[in-house]
Amino acid sequence: MSTTETTTTPVEIPSTTRADWQSDQEVRWCPGCGDYTILAALQFALPDMGVRREDTVVVGGIGCAARFPYYMNTYGVHGIHGRAPAIATGVALANPDLSVFVIGGDGDLLSIGGNHLLHALRRNVNLTILLFNNRIYGLTKGQYSPTSEQGKVTKSSPQGSEDAPLIPLSVALGADATFVARTHDMDRKHMEEVFKRAHQHRGAAFVEVLQNCNVFNNHAYEQITARKNREDMIIPLTQGEPIRFGPDGSKGVVLDPKHGAVVVDTADVSEDDLLVHDEARDHPSVAFALSRLSPNMDEPTPMGVFRAVDKPVYGERNPVTEQPPGRQLITDLLHSGSTWTVD
Amino acid sequence: MTEQTQGSTATKPSEEITDVVIRLAGDSGDGMQLTGTQFTAVSALAGNDLATLPDFPAEIRAPAGTLPGVSAFQVRISSEDISTPGDIADVLVAMNPAALRSELSKLRQGGMVIVNSDGFEERDLDKAGYDANPLTDDSLADYQVVEVPMTDLTVRKVKELGVKGREAERSKNFFALGLLCWMYSRNPDDLRAWIEDRFAKDELIRDANITAFEVGWSFGETTELIPVTRSVAPMERPPGTYRNINGNTGLAWGIIAAAQLSGLPTYLGSYPITPASDILHELAKHPEAGIRTFQAEDEIAAAASSVGAAFAGDLAWTTTSGPGMALKGETIGLAISLELPLVIVDIQRGGPSTGLPTKTEQSDLTQALFGRHGESPLPVIAASRPADSFECAIQAAEIAIKYRTPVILLSDGYIANSSEPWCLPDVEDLPDLSTTYATGTNHTGADGVEEFWPYLRDPDTLARPWAIPGTPGLEHRIGGIEKADGSGDISYDPDNHQAMTDLRAAKVAGVARGYRKLEVTGDSEDADLLVVGWGSTWGAIAAAVERVRSAGGKVAHVHLRNLNPLPEDLGDIVRRYPKVMVPELNLGQLSMVLRSKYLIDAQSVSKVAGLPFTAGEIESEIHKMLGDDWSDR
Ligand code: SF4
Repeated sequence: MSTTETTTTPVEIPSTTRADWQSDQEVRWCPGCGDYTILAALQFALPDMGVRREDTVVVGGIGCAARFPYYMNTYGVHGIHGRAPAIATGVALANPDLSVFVIGGDGDLLSIGGNHLLHALRRNVNLTILLFNNRIYGLTKGQYSPTSEQGKVTKSSPQGSEDAPLIPLSVALGADATFVARTHDMDRKHMEEVFKRAHQHRGAAFVEVLQNCNVFNNHAYEQITARKNREDMIIPLTQGEPIRFGPDGSKGVVLDPKHGAVVVDTADVSEDDLLVHDEARDHPSVAFALSRLSPNMDEPTPMGVFRAVDKPVYGERNPVTEQPPGRQLITDLLHSGSTWTVD
Repeated sequence: MTEQTQGSTATKPSEEITDVVIRLAGDSGDGMQLTGTQFTAVSALAGNDLATLPDFPAEIRAPAGTLPGVSAFQVRISSEDISTPGDIADVLVAMNPAALRSELSKLRQGGMVIVNSDGFEERDLDKAGYDANPLTDDSLADYQVVEVPMTDLTVRKVKELGVKGREAERSKNFFALGLLCWMYSRNPDDLRAWIEDRFAKDELIRDANITAFEVGWSFGETTELIPVTRSVAPMERPPGTYRNINGNTGLAWGIIAAAQLSGLPTYLGSYPITPASDILHELAKHPEAGIRTFQAEDEIAAAASSVGAAFAGDLAWTTTSGPGMALKGETIGLAISLELPLVIVDIQRGGPSTGLPTKTEQSDLTQALFGRHGESPLPVIAASRPADSFECAIQAAEIAIKYRTPVILLSDGYIANSSEPWCLPDVEDLPDLSTTYATGTNHTGADGVEEFWPYLRDPDTLARPWAIPGTPGLEHRIGGIEKADGSGDISYDPDNHQAMTDLRAAKVAGVARGYRKLEVTGDSEDADLLVVGWGSTWGAIAAAVERVRSAGGKVAHVHLRNLNPLPEDLGDIVRRYPKVMVPELNLGQLSMVLRSKYLIDAQSVSKVAGLPFTAGEIESEIHKMLGDDWSDR
C-alpha cells in the first residue's frame, strides 16, 4: 500500500449528496457555533471532490473543532491533543490513495501541535489541513489561545494576555507550505470553493477558517465577516487579477519595498501599481506579505487562496515495496554477510 | 565448521587455552569499538563462543587523551559455552595513558597489559591525571607489561604509502588488531577481506589499514615480549548455520521477518535516540522488504504516526529509549483505547532524564507496565540476549496482531550493542502471522439494517475487528474518548466505562494463554533458592547459578520473557522454593511486582551502575542468601 503508482486507473465515484457524508452521531457543539456551518460546507462540497467515502479519512486532535471526525460518515480518528497532523501523516504514508483531512483549532494545531503542523507542511505530506481559528480555547472554557490578540482578558489572563499572537497563514508560509488559503464561517459558498481547491491540491494544503465561538469569543471577526462589513473589510484574492476591494474597487493592495503589502486608495495609484495576485509564485514572500495584512483581524483582510504551488508529495521520492515479498527474503537476509556452518 | 587457514606462527610455540577475556581501550577517536567488533567477528568465524561488552562514553569525541574520552570494548572468546563477557579481563590493550588509568582496575592481577608506549609524554600523563609515568615507576609490577610503540611503528610503515601525519596515526588500531590476531591465532585472511570491503571506497586508507594490520602481526612474530601464541579451539556446537549478531540488528531483522510472516506492509515511526537509532538505520536500508521508515520530528510524532499507519492497515512499530518512552506515554494510551496493533520498542538506558545515554539499565520496567494514565494494561516482552532479540520481535508482532493491542518490547543498551553467535532459525519453522482485515458488516441494528461495529469483539481473544480505510461500507470513527461496548460510539455511561475497562484488561490478561511453559533450569526439583530474572541479566544469572551449583549449592533459575501478563505457571514456580532472589539493573522493579502479585518474599538484588551484573556479583549474592542452608552441606 505504500508505493505510489504513476498511472492509476480512475476509480468509479458514486454520486453522493450532503446526507451521505453525515454520520449518525448527534452533533454536540454549542448552538450557534461557527463549526456547524463549516461542517455543512465540507459535507456540501465533498460530493464534488471526486472521492469515495471509504477512501476518506478525517483526523482530529482535541478541542471543539477536533470532534469533527465523529460527524463525518467516513473513516475517522479522534486522536490526542495536537497530534492530528502526525497521526494523519502515518495514515497518508501507509495508504497514499486516501484523502486525508486534518481538522483542528488554533490551540490544537498552533500551540500543543505547532511542531507537527510545521513538519507536515514542510514535508508536503498529502493532507488537507483545516484550522478553525476562533482565537480562544473553547473546550476548556475560555482561556486565551496562541492566536488571541495581545491584551485579551480571559479567565487565565485577567490582566490581559501578554503573548503576541501567531498569524496562522504566516506560520504556514514560513514552513513553505505549498497550498495556503483563508476562508470564514459566514460564507458557505466561499468555504466550499476553498475546500475543493485545497482537496484538489497534491501535498499539504493548509486552510485557515475564521470561526466564531459564540460562547467564549463572540463577534471575534464580526467587523470583517458580517455581511454589512464584508465589502470594506474583505480583500478577495482572484488569480491573475489586480487585488482590489471596497465599493467599486476603490481600494487595492500594492507592494511597498519598505512596508510589504499595503492597502491603498486605487485613486492614488495607477492600475499598474496594483499587486496582481499570483498564487503560483514559487517564492512565498509575496504571499507572506499578504498574510501580514490585518495582523489583529481588525483591518481589511485577504480571503481566498494565497499560495498554490506544485512540489513533490512526501513519500514519492523513496518508494517502498507495496507488499512484503515473503519468507525467502528472511532466509536471504539471515544468510547475508559472514556466516559459518557446523555439520 | 568451515576450513580455516591459520596464520604463520611457525617460529613460536602455541598454547591451547579454553577461554580469554580481552579488553581494548583507547580514545573515542581511536576506533576501539571497530577493532573489538572485528576481533569478535573473526573469532566467531573461528568457531569460538563469545560475548562482548562495548563500554563507551556518550560524547562523540570528548577531549583527546582524557579519562572521559576513554572508549572500551570487552570481548570474551571461549571453546566452551559461555553466557557473559567475563567478570574481569585477562588482557588489556591500552592505547594511551588515560585508557590505562581508567581500565587497569578491570584487569586481573597478573594479567597482561599491552600498552601503546607512544604518547606517554608529560603532557599526556597530565591529561590522564598521572603524577608519574606508570611505565617507569613500579605501579604496574603486578602485571605482565608489554610496551609497544604502536603509533611509531604504524606511522613509519604507513608513511611509505604516502599517508601523512595524523592520518597515518589513525591506522594504529589496526596495528593492535594485527597483534591480537597473531596472539590468538586468528585467520588473517578473514581480516584482510573485511578491511578491503569496509574501506573499498578509499584505497589509500584501505592500504594503510592493511599495512598497519600486517605490521602488528609481524611485530608479534618477532618480539621477544610475547613468547607464545595462544589458540582457542572452536566450541562444540549443535549443527546449524551461525552468525554473529548484536541485539539491535537481531531486533531489526525480527521486524523485517514479522513483515514477511504477516504479509502486512510495515511502518516504523522513529526519532533518533541512543541506543535505539541503529534499528531505524537498519530498517531504512530495506524498502524492498515492504518496510517504510519515517524519521519523525519528535518522539510523539514517531508514535502518533505509527498509530495512524496502524489505523490504515500497516503493522506499525516505533523504536526509542527511556526518555522517548516518557514522551510517547499519551500516544500509547491512545493506541490502547483504539485497540490497534503497534509495537513500541524501548532500548533501555540509564535514567532518569538524559541519565547515561550509552550505558545499560533495566529501569523502564515499571514505566512499561504502568507509565500511562488510566487503567491501561498492555503486553510487555523483554529480550534477554542478542540471540533472542529476533524471536522477541516476532512474538511482539504476533501478540499485537492477534489481540489488536500495542505491545511494549524491552531491550537494553547492553543487549543492543553486544554480540554473540546466533544459530539461525529455520525460516520454515517461524510462525504464520497472517491476519484478516474486516471486509463486511458484523451487526444487525434494531431497525434491521446491517452495520459495522468496530468494537464487536472476537469471543475468544476479545480482539476487535481491524477495518481499514478503503473498505466500502465499514466507515467508522474511533477515538480516545470512551467508546460504547460494541458500537464504538462515544459513551460517558458509568457502567459502560467499567465494562470497557474490564474488557481491555481481560483481553490483555488472556495473552498469557498463548505462552510456552516456563523452563526452570538448575536444581528445579530441590533448589533452596530460585533466581528470577528478566532481560539482559540472563547471562550473568545463568553463569552464577552454574558456579554455585558446581560448588554444591542448590539453586534454580527461571527467566521471564513475558512481563505482562505474567505467565500463568509463574505463581506455582515462585512459591515452590524456600527463597526467591530477583537480580535487576534497577532498584527492584520486578521484585516489587512479584511481591505484590504472589505475596512472596522476593529479595531484590539491585545494581544501577550503567553496567551489567558480573556473574561474580550475582554468585556472591546467592552465597549470601543461601547462608546456612548452603554452608551446612
Ligand atoms: S465552545 Fe465555542 S467553539 Fe466550542 S462548541 Fe461552543 S461555541 Fe463552538
